[in-house]
Amino acid sequence: MSIAMPIPDASTLKKRATIIAAMREIVAFDNVIDDIDALRPYESDGLTAYRQPPMLVVLPETVEQVSAVLRWCHREAVRVVPRGSGTSLSGGALPLADAVLLGLGKFKKIIEVDYEERIAVVQPGVTNLAITQAVEGRGFYYAPDPSSQIACSIGGNVAENSGGVHCLKYGLTTNNVLGVELVLMDGEIVRLGGRHLDPAGLDLLGVVVGSEGLLGVVTEVTVRILPKPQTARAILLGFPDAERAGACVAQVIAEGIIPAGMEMMDKPAIHAAEAFVNVGYPLDVGALLIVEVDGPAAECDHLVAEIDRIAGENDAVTRRVSNNDQERLSFWAGRKAAFPAVGRLAPDYYCMDGTIPRRRLPEVLSRMEQLSEEYGLAVANVFHAGDGNLHPLILYDANKPGELAKAEEFGNDILRLCVEVGGVLTGEHGVGVEKRDLMPEMYNEIDLEHQHRLKSAFDPLLLLNPGKVFPQLHRCAEMGRVHVHGGQHRFPEIPRF
Amino acid sequence: MTEINPQSPQDVCDAIADAKRDGVRLEIRGGGSKSLIGAPREARTLGMSAMAGVVDYDPAELVLTVGAGTPLAQIEQLVASERQMLAFEPFDHGPVFGQAAGKATIGGVIAAGVAGSGRVTAGSARDHLLGFTAVSGRGETFVAGGKVVKNVTGFDLSKLVTSSWGRLAAITELTLKVLPKPRTSVTLGIDGLDCSNSCAAMAQAFGSNAEVSAAARHHDGATIFRLTGFEPSIAARLVMLPKVLEAFGTMIALDPDQADIFWRETGAGLALKGDVLWCIHVPPRQAANVIARLEPFSPHWSLDWGGARIWMSLDSGEAPVRGAAEAAGGHAMLIRAPLSMRQAIPVQHPRLAGVAALEARVRRAFDPDCIFETGRFLGEEVAHAD
Ligand SMILES: Cc1cc2nc3c(=O)[nH]c(=O)nc-3n(C[C@H](O)[C@H](O)[C@H](O)COP(=O)(O)OP(=O)(O)OC[C@H]3O[C@@H](n4cnc5c(N)ncnc54)[C@H](O)[C@@H]3O)c2cc1C
Repeated sequence: MSIAMPIPDASTLKKRATIIAAMREIVAFDNVIDDIDALRPYESDGLTAYRQPPMLVVLPETVEQVSAVLRWCHREAVRVVPRGSGTSLSGGALPLADAVLLGLGKFKKIIEVDYEERIAVVQPGVTNLAITQAVEGRGFYYAPDPSSQIACSIGGNVAENSGGVHCLKYGLTTNNVLGVELVLMDGEIVRLGGRHLDPAGLDLLGVVVGSEGLLGVVTEVTVRILPKPQTARAILLGFPDAERAGACVAQVIAEGIIPAGMEMMDKPAIHAAEAFVNVGYPLDVGALLIVEVDGPAAECDHLVAEIDRIAGENDAVTRRVSNNDQERLSFWAGRKAAFPAVGRLAPDYYCMDGTIPRRRLPEVLSRMEQLSEEYGLAVANVFHAGDGNLHPLILYDANKPGELAKAEEFGNDILRLCVEVGGVLTGEHGVGVEKRDLMPEMYNEIDLEHQHRLKSAFDPLLLLNPGKVFPQLHRCAEMGRVHVHGGQHRFPEIPRF
Repeated sequence: MTEINPQSPQDVCDAIADAKRDGVRLEIRGGGSKSLIGAPREARTLGMSAMAGVVDYDPAELVLTVGAGTPLAQIEQLVASERQMLAFEPFDHGPVFGQAAGKATIGGVIAAGVAGSGRVTAGSARDHLLGFTAVSGRGETFVAGGKVVKNVTGFDLSKLVTSSWGRLAAITELTLKVLPKPRTSVTLGIDGLDCSNSCAAMAQAFGSNAEVSAAARHHDGATIFRLTGFEPSIAARLVMLPKVLEAFGTMIALDPDQADIFWRETGAGLALKGDVLWCIHVPPRQAANVIARLEPFSPHWSLDWGGARIWMSLDSGEAPVRGAAEAAGGHAMLIRAPLSMRQAIPVQHPRLAGVAALEARVRRAFDPDCIFETGRFLGEEVAHAD
């Protein structure tokens, strides 16, 4: 299987030595990586099926260095790919053979925390979890919680507009960022947003969040922090089928409850998780819901009782309420282990990320089952049920010739199905290279041209992160694809959602 | 000049082509409730009121799709009938200009990024626009975003078009996220706090587990806090909040009608006498500094968003409001002013050169021929255009 990437520019490749020397004028000698073996760790991100060693890696330490690197590359027409922690699941940080990979890993400082204004000003390389860790002593936290939070950087979160289990109630990254410092491809440093709430003019911050590294390099982020809720309680619910679980979700929301999180698993996912972590999930149900509420204790008590009642009205056959944190965490343990658990069922799995209107869930699931039969590949499903964000996990064996291609085609069909029922291609993982060529399923040429002109307004020479987000139909080279399997995933230590 | 009233996106495309041919600019107009904001302009009016109506509303999905010309009041009524709301609490600008409410359309509310007191906890208009259809200055219809609550497919143009004041595209249809209306709402107040103590109290409240959904300071002097949610939760927080704010004084529960008036006034900058009205955005701890600096000009003011939004009215245009806002790390928007002042002072706070140039490039990307640049924003349109 291969993917088309922009054709490497021969003249750039030819002047590699010059570029390396120029970069070493800007950043410390050791912060330019040019050794072939040392480049290998950078050859892919969390979507390991695609690999390409970068031409070289540059690791600046100050915004002035970022600016100088970009200005130089702009002048010399050298492409640049920004990279945070490299956990993207859509290939957003995939290097190019003729591009500088600009790593923000050295931007690790928490610059300021202001508890009165409830903000933290941090450098882009700070991990998502490190923000919470820095403020939890004072009873605060940073709300968006991608399950990669121990590894992923806040700069990457901004670029991907990442979400997490709690984004139903607390929003995605975009709803929790107040300002950024951004370096444009020509080296210009701009500040968008700030410590106040509304922009003076166009909301450029709003489009920079979620721009997948195509509009500029984020060198500082101001985020909102929130007081940690007093209590959290979870309720574990088993239903005969996904239809009734979905009806329960709809009724919870219709009755005015927005839980902190609401996660669903289908039968294959439940069985895999239970076999893996043994937390006592019911095995005789067709769908499992974990609903978490947070807030003052009185509120949580009230809401779990309400949700329990609603579940009963929707034929839940298992209803368990957590009475302490240990129990609550045990409800989550299986869900958190769902990805590696499913990963044990087959040598490889491929994680999808579409969103659908929730009411179409039963139909989407049954069509997914049909597809599964047609392709001869099993699929297990976990969803962020509150917002209709599906994560189907397609099981395959990359060692069997053609099976990876089949898995990808199956995945594409699932995403087409999401769009067909009124949903979208990606709920939180981004388009990257992975879903790039499916964009025309959702947007016509005129729609895409409007997006592309925005790109040009920020980066007229199209040097920043080329080959991502927009369909690549012209002037492309086929890039070989390699993959890892047999559980050798990157970031094995990260719980997967 | 004339007014055109398109019935379909195609009509909008035609209107743009005509304007281009005739060499005139187009001012997109919803209900006209904000037409007194900005410099006077010479433009053909593109009235969006016919592009109205509910396209799809599924309360359980929390998603509402409507024509951009749909009156805000109609939408509020519709969602209220399902015990839901637009959580960003948009308001109608009519009363700000001494006119009756009821003219504002949802398209105008989005294009102006209008949000009320709940903004700190529930987000602004930008946070609730999920997707839209629009006709750009190129005369082409395009869609962006989606119709589901969670979506990161492509650039988030919904953010960009919100508060773009009709300078990028004419929105014809939009999809909003709606949320359940809190089952109960209680307002508590503390009287007599000066600006600085009021802001400190609001910060303390927002930073506590009492989970206030809004905090403001009414121009009459009451600092008010809103608790919303389910009854048992409110009961618990009603005990918690006065303890959290013990040091600031005694809290009293407000009569619901009184509370409504207070929120309506602080949320929209109402009841502040004076010809000139500014909306000043600052980091909340700076609000007191801004007000102190402008004290010599005898301002009337109220605070919303915990102090992050200052509404300030003045009798004349001399006060150095922009300087004070800038020194505080914020910016000031001119909302209401006599004609002479509107002719001389731009509505929006001037941006630094780099951002201004970037904004101009973005506007030209959507509107290369400056069809939507009516002069309302005082000549910005030509700045740095490529
Ligand atoms: C096990 C696992 C679980 C995950 N769970 C979730 C989840 O629950 N929710 C979710 O939303 N995502 C999830 N992800 C995806 C991923 O973690 C997020 O997309 C994350 O935000 C990427 O951050 P990063 O620092 O690793 O960025 P990278 O992967 O390095 O880069 C991602 C993109 O951002 C750009 N970029 C990075 N830094 C900058 C910068 N400073 N300026 C400009 N552009 C930049 C890159 O060019 C690239 O396009 C998961 C990934 C893994 C591996």
